[in-house]
Amino acid sequence: MNLHEYQSKGLFERYGIPVPKWRVVDALGQAIQVATDLGGGRWVVKAQVHAGGRGKAGGVVLVDSPQRVEAEAARLLGSRLVTRQSGPDGLPVDQVLVEVPTQIARELYLGALVDRAARQVVFMASAAGGMDIEEVARETPERILVTHVHPAAGLQPWQCRRLGFGLGLDPAQVKALASLMQGLYRLFTECDASLVEVNPLVVTQAGDLIALDAKINLDDNALYRHGDLEALRDAAQEDQREAEARAHELNYISLDGNIGCMVNGAGLAMATMDLVKLHGGEPANFLDVGGGTTAARVAEAFKLILSDPKVQAVLVNIFGGIVRCDLIAEGIIQAVREVHVAVPVVVRLEGTNAPAGLDMLAASKLPIETASSLREAADKVVAAARRAH
Amino acid sequence: MSVLVDKGTRVICQGFTGKQGTFHSEQAIAYGTNLVGGVTPGKGGETHLGRPVFDTVHDAVQETGADASMIYIPAAFAADAILEAADAGIRVVVCITEGIPVLDMLKVKAALAGSETVLIGPNCPGVITPGECKIGIMPGSIHRPGSVGIVSRSGTLTYEAVFQTTNAGLGQSTCIGIGGDPIQGLDFVACLELFEADPQTAGVILVGEIGGAAEEAAAEYIQAEMSKPVVAYIAGVTAPSGKRMGHAGAIITGGKGTAEGKYAALEQAGVATVRSPAEMGRRMAELLAG
Repeated sequence: MNLHEYQSKGLFERYGIPVPKWRVVDALGQAIQVATDLGGGRWVVKAQVHAGGRGKAGGVVLVDSPQRVEAEAARLLGSRLVTRQSGPDGLPVDQVLVEVPTQIARELYLGALVDRAARQVVFMASAAGGMDIEEVARETPERILVTHVHPAAGLQPWQCRRLGFGLGLDPAQVKALASLMQGLYRLFTECDASLVEVNPLVVTQAGDLIALDAKINLDDNALYRHGDLEALRDAAQEDQREAEARAHELNYISLDGNIGCMVNGAGLAMATMDLVKLHGGEPANFLDVGGGTTAARVAEAFKLILSDPKVQAVLVNIFGGIVRCDLIAEGIIQAVREVHVAVPVVVRLEGTNAPAGLDMLAASKLPIETASSLREAADKVVAAARRAH
Repeated sequence: MSVLVDKGTRVICQGFTGKQGTFHSEQAIAYGTNLVGGVTPGKGGETHLGRPVFDTVHDAVQETGADASMIYIPAAFAADAILEAADAGIRVVVCITEGIPVLDMLKVKAALAGSETVLIGPNCPGVITPGECKIGIMPGSIHRPGSVGIVSRSGTLTYEAVFQTTNAGLGQSTCIGIGGDPIQGLDFVACLELFEADPQTAGVILVGEIGGAAEEAAAEYIQAEMSKPVVAYIAGVTAPSGKRMGHAGAIITGGKGTAEGKYAALEQAGVATVRSPAEMGRRMAELLAG
């Protein structure tokens, strides 16, 4: 789960990580008061969306009067911001963050994430702050300093010093960095983060360190023990169909093609998408109906797939392991009747009681094509989508 | 021969009397697994499915001589269950549970460093040596004793590989589902080492997916150390970047962990890759026919 910048900055403050003075505005008519309360003569107005590249998209502006703060808030609130990461439809702006500008001397990068290969949390820092860090990693990996944290020992002061001196900070700044990193590590472990990123981490003209931006991703699997963080979820930033799928315990990701896929198991679901593509089609989605597939879930999955107007054919690919294929067939028949599926459906059932399941589908007199192999299923559904096109 | 488990393996179930534990223990017993008992704290002394229930894994090991455990315990308590099994001296711990927080697994991995215990999973279908020992949620009926070792990050995709090798008349030596999480126990390289050393295994099917660098590490090992033929399929060629494809570990981030990158590494290492998941069994049969 992703957090907004203002939510992340709120958490930063709780863990003693310095951030610019900020307030959030979510309705018209608040901004003049907010700007006056923050004080000073200039303000930064930042659209709050779950995507990077806001600055270039016009989502971050510097203004010099409270009236202009209000005007920018009015422009952004209720709009959709399209950035290089948001997708073509953009993301809705329901809050803007207003903050006091920072006098920047240097821009650094600081991030923490789980290194899968090392099986430890890793801190990364770079003097090339403010840039796309993935690009830095690709082009000039030597400009990224890393240090791994042993889960038993925790983050040690020497690790912070090493990064700090490596970034060319002076001794007082190295101390400030150490304190900031300890705060980040505590935040990371106590909140079950999967990524915490400060880009840029700024050295001000006065020589202080301050987190100018804040990005936090949380481990979905750990949200059960963080009710307060779960409450920060902004469903409006998520794909509506994906959010609905989650409510039904289905794993759904929408894609650009026209062949809907319903599969049990994440790996087989990905493989089915690949197979459709290999046979000349384009998958419309990834959908894993999970292990304990029931008729009701199959029906929900059909509804979800068909709510995408691009879908012109559906491929159901089920490898019945513990779940019996005749029960799955029953679910499919029930779903196709209930949901009034108007596009061609190709079903491949394999595993326990597969022949019985296929017989039931054939006897149902519904417009369902069956396939006895993966290859055949892919060919049939691609042909069906072409006919419908 | 086989790897990890065989008919001599004495298995217990943690979470024995729960719904999942009960169902899959029944299936394991029906398959012929030597299930010697189970653990449910507070129910020690009872009998379940005709087997003794213990309060702790330590009690179960002492009374039954168990050397393998299968864990069907909710995610919030699974890390604890793994560490209890390891401390009790269980040799093979199979954790089926999905959704364990990644920071819990970092601690588990650190705690298991230097231990003799082999962890399989979490978030995996388990391990099976056909005809001898089934520990996990895989359908026993599709397996046949034979010569192909299978190692996979995905459940149902493992079943595809199993089904295809069964239909091709090859059968399987042992099938290991290593799980779909970013941090797991046994990895591809460790499984390949086991299969390389196992006389029954003539060839290996490796089923990978997007995310991480485990397939690239496997490619390095195969090129340097493996004499047996390996067929590899990688799921997720069409997966978009930045989207988690069901499994917590299946995500392309920062242009890393793509299926194409993994295919390239494996092909460079001389692995017989297949682009269609329908071709795994056929390709293995071709290689073994020489």
